Amino acid sequence: MASSGLELLLVSLPQLAQGAAQTLSISALGIAFSTLGGVLYGVLATLGKRSVNLVLRVYLELFRAIPVLVWLYLLFFGLPIFFAVSIPSFWCAVLVLSLWGASEVGEVVRGALHSLPRGQREAGLSIGLDGWQLYGHVLLPQALKRMTPPTINIYTRIIKTSSLAVLIGVVDVIKVGQQIIERTYESVLIYGALFLFFFFICYPLSAASRALERRWTHA
Amino acid sequence: MSALIEFKGFNKFFGEHQVLKDIDLQVRSGEVVVILGPSGCGKSTLLRCLNGLEVAHGGSLTLAGKELLSKATDWRQVRQQVGMVFQSYHLFGHMSVMENLLLGPLKVQKRERFEAQAQAEALLARVGLLDKRDAYPRQLSGGQQQRIAIVRSLCMNPQVMLFDEVTAALDPEMVKEVLQVIQGLARDGMTLLIVTHEMAFARAVADRIVFMEAGRILEQSAPESFFTNPQTARAQQFLEKFSFVESLPKTPHKELS
Repeated sequence: MASSGLELLLVSLPQLAQGAAQTLSISALGIAFSTLGGVLYGVLATLGKRSVNLVLRVYLELFRAIPVLVWLYLLFFGLPIFFAVSIPSFWCAVLVLSLWGASEVGEVVRGALHSLPRGQREAGLSIGLDGWQLYGHVLLPQALKRMTPPTINIYTRIIKTSSLAVLIGVVDVIKVGQQIIERTYESVLIYGALFLFFFFICYPLSAASRALERRWTHA
Repeated sequence: MSALIEFKGFNKFFGEHQVLKDIDLQVRSGEVVVILGPSGCGKSTLLRCLNGLEVAHGGSLTLAGKELLSKATDWRQVRQQVGMVFQSYHLFGHMSVMENLLLGPLKVQKRERFEAQAQAEALLARVGLLDKRDAYPRQLSGGQQQRIAIVRSLCMNPQVMLFDEVTAALDPEMVKEVLQVIQGLARDGMTLLIVTHEMAFARAVADRIVFMEAGRILEQSAPESFFTNPQTARAQQFLEKFSFVESLPKTPHKELS
């Protein structure tokens, strides 16, 4: 049994790796776009423009109130019906994860920028910096310490949530695992392997987040 | 000689509340004007209007003959000519002293690094902090940070410097080192607008005292006449509060000990 289990894992490895590549690329793209979008959100939210804030608020609440799974279905099945636009399931998953992640990261960035002393902004303006320079040289670098630990935690949530992509037909690592189980009935073994896969990706991130938080709050 | 800075019928509101009322004030080039008045009288707001950190609502404000309250005003240009130093220094904490000093000259004014750095070093030497050029703000005392903040403004080669209660957050023993720097600028003939609660300093450094209360200028006079013979009852009251501390007995009474 033990040897046959190990054999099965070894045999399945290439197939699992393909699924893992899907999971990791969806996650990586989702993380990248979430970060870019989140920084943009955070900057826009601290400009003090009421109309901009209203739009951001609606966007945030939509992604807080509606489950990611519903968003996936809405875009994957809804867009073709209502707008005759269809997106491949892979990119649909990336899009939804990015929009959701950007709202989460955005709130973190907004909070970090908001927590800086008001005087930093005024001192920057007083030496004639424009908006880009103010955010690029003064505000964002100082917000970085405060926003990095919680942002890394959001990254782990993006990685875990990427598994929902199965439900719109993406063949990610979990789908591959299920296919192997259907063939071999080795559910404990395969789910154990999936458990370790997610654990060894997410745990280092969350440990890094905690380490950074410790180091930077005591600095 | 025409005024470098001129407020005329200048008004400013925070919501419904009018914080500056009909301000008329002229500052000549090279003049040192100290603005005194009780807390909340609008003196800091007046300074902040001059570099666009606050938006004014009426009247006229000119700098070197140019109207600042027009829509066409490029505040980034104005701010390069009007240096401002704040109560809590607001150095950029993630940058070394030299990086703090060079940010404006390099990024805003696009000057050559060697030239800007030479100027920054000369100014640091002048305030006695050249050895701190690579230090970070958190490693410096309040007085040192405030002197750096002054140098940061000076590196932009402004025409006017605004000082907004720059010693109010400092420990008493650090007040002197900052005031000496400001006094040096006054001697050099720089145009200064100073908001302070240091009465002795105001008297020593000012060419003119402007006394404000509740958003109005009540009195403008030479320091000697203001401190010895204030024109308004309100200014008298204000000065009495400060002289009360000075008139306390130098040795404690028995009841106090």
